[in-house]
Formats: sequence, structure tokens, C-alpha cells
Amino acid sequence: MKAPDFAYVRAESLDQVFDLLAEHGDDARLLAGGQSLMATLNLRLSSPTLLIDLNKVPGLSGITETKTAVRIGAMTRHFEVETSPIVARHLPLIAAAMPHVAHAAIRNRGTLGGSIALADPAAEMPACVLALDAMIEATGPAGKRRIRSDDFFLGMFETALDPNEVLTAVEFQKSQNGWYWGFEELARRHGDYAMVGLAAMIKGEEICEKARLVFFGVEDRPVLARAAADALDGRRIDAEAIGAVKTALASDLDLHGDLQADPATKRHLANVLAERVLSALVAV
Amino acid sequence: MEKHVPISLTVNGEPVEERVPARLNLVDFLRQNLSFTGSHVGCEHGVCGACTVRVNGQIVRGCLMLATQADGTKVETIEGVAASGEIADLQRAFIDHAALQCGFCSPAMLLTAAELVANRPDADRDEIRAYISGNYCRCTGYQAIVDAIEAVLVARRKDGLS
Repeated sequence: MKAPDFAYVRAESLDQVFDLLAEHGDDARLLAGGQSLMATLNLRLSSPTLLIDLNKVPGLSGITETKTAVRIGAMTRHFEVETSPIVARHLPLIAAAMPHVAHAAIRNRGTLGGSIALADPAAEMPACVLALDAMIEATGPAGKRRIRSDDFFLGMFETALDPNEVLTAVEFQKSQNGWYWGFEELARRHGDYAMVGLAAMIKGEEICEKARLVFFGVEDRPVLARAAADALDGRRIDAEAIGAVKTALASDLDLHGDLQADPATKRHLANVLAERVLSALVAV
Repeated sequence: MEKHVPISLTVNGEPVEERVPARLNLVDFLRQNLSFTGSHVGCEHGVCGACTVRVNGQIVRGCLMLATQADGTKVETIEGVAASGEIADLQRAFIDHAALQCGFCSPAMLLTAAELVANRPDADRDEIRAYISGNYCRCTGYQAIVDAIEAVLVARRKDGLS
């Protein structure tokens, strides 16, 4: 037993969660799948006095679709997302990225909402959410609000969620005909956090009309490469265009080194991934 | 707000009722309170996979789940799964292919392999490698483990069992 001593509440409703957050503030942590939080507790990198377990709060889990959108409840396990026919059909980028999220035993437990709310800069799901221009649903004592993914990831483990809010769902527009996707990451072991990764959504049959290239494992948050997207705008995606993307990435990515690789190595790897992904885009 | 929590669950088919510290993780509970020491404790932060157990039929990291979160669930450890005969062919194949040496990773490796052969009967070697990527083995170099799992997949396909 290595985790610090804490109290524990198995919450039964969001209202109860809001009350506990109001009472305990920063001393409380929300427990979703626990696949990152438990590790930090075991390592004593965090020492909350209260864990509020969301696993028994009704209504936070499940994948539903409307004509144009797919809604994934925050407590939906990665395994459910990975094996969902709705996700496979309408969000192929997520389906392709999911096998890279840790390992089977962790995907059985980890949740989409937990991954997005944690906002690990090297994680796959925040990058996919950003590439898909998804909306994040936050619920607080005053009700729900929707936050655009562009405005959600603010820094290392830092998001636009208020301290009294709970991430309750992520809503994606269904990927449409005419869109292409690509996903690649480089990790030392399959399932480990990426040294560098790229999630891409591109619109346009012959020429690129719109591109969302999101790199992860590169800065303190997933990075939407805007200059690279501009470099593709209105062009056929060929060797020349890919070269222009690589040049643009120099201004897009303010690379941080980490234990796995220094900034120069990461820049090289980002270029490698840009080339691989843009050369092998898959139609939605 | 309680630092101790009452839990009620089944472990290897037997009902268990206990009052546990909130911070006690599942694998420590299984090992220390119930003496199911087949689940091993390696890194204790979700990397090595040695603590793999089943909760409601799915493998999980025993170090990344609190014992209190197992309330109301059905937990199975290597002791229960091996005794049931469910993985007898995997155990035999691990021996035949020398897919273990020190044995520390073996219980978790077997539970992970059991989920793979049950859920993905058509898995090839690449898929086997991806599926066991969350389980470290420091002895075998994995080749023999992949061989053993592949042999079971082939045999079960031939027998029409999966």
C-alpha cells in the first residue's frame, strides 16, 4: 500500500459531486478510470485528502448517435469506444488511435472523459478530440456548457474546466464523405506514451480544402499545426506540399524535450510522421 | 467521509465481505487480505502488468484500481482461472514452449493471453505482440511466449473451440 491516506466517497449523483467539490476544493480529486490518477497516488506525486469516485454516478457512460453527431459519455471505457460499431463507422480516426492507448488491461478500465480532463500532452485522445474539432460538455452546479476543443487544452494537465465542473461528455460531428484521416505515433513500446504522434483530418478530394493536423508529445498540450494547415490549403497533397508542411512545422512546433528525446530528435520525428500520415491518408 | 469502506464481492467464486482502507489497491487486497499471491506486484504504477487480474470478466491492472472499487464485482485471480481448467491449454503450451523462466510475469501473461484467445481467435503474431505489450517479461525475450499463445490459437481454431 503506497498511496497516501485519503478519504473516499462513491458518489451517486452529480449534485453530490458538486457539493463535495464546493466543500473540499483542491483537496479533492475526481476518480474516473483511475489509470493515471492511481499511478500518481502510488508514486505519491499527488496527495488529495478526498477521492470522489464517479464510477457509480448514473448517466455518464455510453455512446449515442444522432443524424450528424456522436456523443460519448465521459465514463465510457476505452474498450467500449475501441469496439463500438458507431465509432468505427463515424469516427474512424478514434477507432484507429484507440489501440495505441496504453494496453488492453488499461483500456478495459480507462475512460475517454478521464483522458480528456487529465490533458496529458502525450496522450492520444486529447489530440484526436482536437483533430476532430469536438465539443466538450462540462457540467457544473449551474448547468451544462460546451467548450470547443480549440479552447479546451490550456497547458500541461491544464484545461478550461472550472474547479467546480465535471467533464460529462464529448460530442463529435460525424466524419463525412470527402474527409480523410491519418494517425501515427512513435513509441518505444507499443502502448507507451508517444515520443511524437500525429492525428490528422483533411478535407478535399483532389486538393486540400481544410486540414487539422494535431501533434502530441511535442509541447505542453496537443498542438494544432496552423501554419502546416495553411501550407496545404488549396494544394494537391504531393511531395512538394509535404515539403511545405515540414517547413511550416518549424514555426508551428515549439518543441519540448523530455526523458525520451531532445527537441531536435522530436523535430525530426514530427517530420517523419507528417510524411507518413500525409502519404497514406484514408478516406472516411 | 470514511477512510475505511465496507466491500462485498466475489473472489474466485467465493463471497467476500471486508472493511478495507480506502487507499488499499486491489492487488494488495487480494494478496495480503485473501492470500491470493499469484497476482504479483511489480512496478505498482501500471507499467509492468504483473498485477493483472480479472474484474467482471475483463483483465485490469490490480495496482490501478482500489479494492473499494471492486465492491459488487466478480474478481478472478490466476488461482481461480487456473483451477477452473479454462486455461489448461495455455499453461501446457507455456511449458512446452519454455515461455517462462523465473515465472514472475507468468500469471499475468496467462490472464492476458486468455483474454486474447477468447476475444480474438483469429489473431496473428503481430496482434499477439500488441495484446501482450502491456506485460513485461524480463527473461524470455517474448518470442517463446508469442509461440505458445500462437500454438493455442492454432489448436483451438483446429478444434473449433474459438
